[in-house]
Amino acid sequence: MSVLIFAELDEGKIKKSSQEAIFYGTKVAEMTGTSATAVIIGPADDAELASAGRFGATKVLHAADAKLTEPNGMAYATVVAAAAQQEGSKVIVLAKSSLADAMTARLAGKLKAGLAANVIELPNLSNGFQVKSSIYTGKAFAYNDLKADVKILAIKKNTITPEEEDATASVEAFAPILNDADFVISVKNTEKSSGDILLPEADLVVSAGRGLKGPENWGIVEDLAKALHAATACSKPVSDLDWRPHSEHVGQTGIKISPNLYIACGISGAIQHLAGVNSSKVIVVINKDADAPFFKSADYGIVGDVFDILPRLTKAVQAL
Amino acid sequence: MKILVCVTSVPDTTTKIAFTDNNTKLNKAGVTFITGPYDDYALARAVELKEKTGATITVLNVGEADSEPVIRKCLAIGADDAIRINAEPTDAYFVAEQIAAIAKENSYDLILMGRESIDYNGGQVHGIVGEMLGIPSISPVMLLDLDGDTAKITREIEGGKESLEAKLPLVLGCQEPIAEWKIPNMRGIMTARTKPLKVVEPTGTDKLTTVASYELPAPRGAVKMIPADSAETLIQLLHTEAKVI
Repeated sequence: MSVLIFAELDEGKIKKSSQEAIFYGTKVAEMTGTSATAVIIGPADDAELASAGRFGATKVLHAADAKLTEPNGMAYATVVAAAAQQEGSKVIVLAKSSLADAMTARLAGKLKAGLAANVIELPNLSNGFQVKSSIYTGKAFAYNDLKADVKILAIKKNTITPEEEDATASVEAFAPILNDADFVISVKNTEKSSGDILLPEADLVVSAGRGLKGPENWGIVEDLAKALHAATACSKPVSDLDWRPHSEHVGQTGIKISPNLYIACGISGAIQHLAGVNSSKVIVVINKDADAPFFKSADYGIVGDVFDILPRLTKAVQAL
Repeated sequence: MKILVCVTSVPDTTTKIAFTDNNTKLNKAGVTFITGPYDDYALARAVELKEKTGATITVLNVGEADSEPVIRKCLAIGADDAIRINAEPTDAYFVAEQIAAIAKENSYDLILMGRESIDYNGGQVHGIVGEMLGIPSISPVMLLDLDGDTAKITREIEGGKESLEAKLPLVLGCQEPIAEWKIPNMRGIMTARTKPLKVVEPTGTDKLTTVASYELPAPRGAVKMIPADSAETLIQLLHTEAKVI
């Protein structure tokens, strides 16, 4: 009976958010006197699989069926449910992501599991099984009592800081019976920006709004992001105007992020925008309007023209 | 073709969230409730498909009587009838169970809803419904077109998008830009009053999760303003004081 963690791969490497989930799952295992097993799906080399041990997993179940090469929430749920059954797992931990969202719900349906999404702290086991989660798009928290026999915890990114140790996990091949019904959705085409830092995974984010005046001016935002090794993002009006793709839109109806640093350039800070970024650890606001409401939610602020200030910040970063 | 659109009734996006009764209940005083913004996208696309294919739209809400203005608005926008499951929608599994029970009775070709509600933000209901019905679920859906019984879908993935095809029936969690939000016109508002709204009692299990209490985030400290003429200081502060770069 172990705590099971689903660790997601990105191009054969365990995602940072999944490293956090493994560490979280290991802590829950310690609290419940059991061990942590990670289930990893898709192609990855043995050294990478065994590296789950650095974050506390003692065992990795590796499902490498060729049909599982492409991420597929329904089939992945079948694999994780089979792994949970094999390991007798009553607690399943994973990092919230696009793939995990598609998978977690199917998994909860299969296992009739109690599920908490956007979990931000280790559980409190003093009276049942209670976890704190972020709700109302970051505007509040809930203390959830999970009453079902099987519990699934989807961890919000960047809220748990993993400690690493010099250890490796044992790796076992895992080949559950797959359901044909899980493969009826056919993927025709995938468009993914390459080489960029993935926004939901990013530690640092530079974001801009209508204050940039047009898509042709985004170079100064990208320059600062590049100097910082940050991802770029934008406000809703900017993606509505097609200046930037929807996959960069952060806010209530866009991507919700929780980076260590969020730099907002030429964004006034509507409450819907704040809802998507208010979990950022440090917020910097740069706006020429001293009355922009965003300054009230910022840690650092500069009243000034982004066209003047951003290039100077880029130079200052390069000089560090 | 029959479409079921599941909608939530949630506080307006600009609402300042507060709790009452020793932080165990949302303080509803002065709060305007709206259709979940993502659900609005689902309904708008359903109405477009109705205009194109003559589909019928049933709108479903798991909620108490105070959800009815939101349901009537959906009827005014173009849904043909509505069902309200008379229960507080606090647990995704419980909500999914109610939707699945209605879907089993009526066999819909498409079950559309928002990618997530904007209160609990779980984003789970569509997937659990799909699992309970044994049909595919896809989310978050940005584009949906039908070619006979084949759905052509574009789904958002991290850092990009994915084009998919699947046969109906399907459960889809929707988001922008699947359709433009629709605003009810006067004729819609008048006819909505006479469209059927059936209230049924919930079925199934007890809730698997409950919320013991709520909490608000601690307020951020005061903002530190940096004069524009020494903007470079910001980078030093982020490096040495905040230690984030």
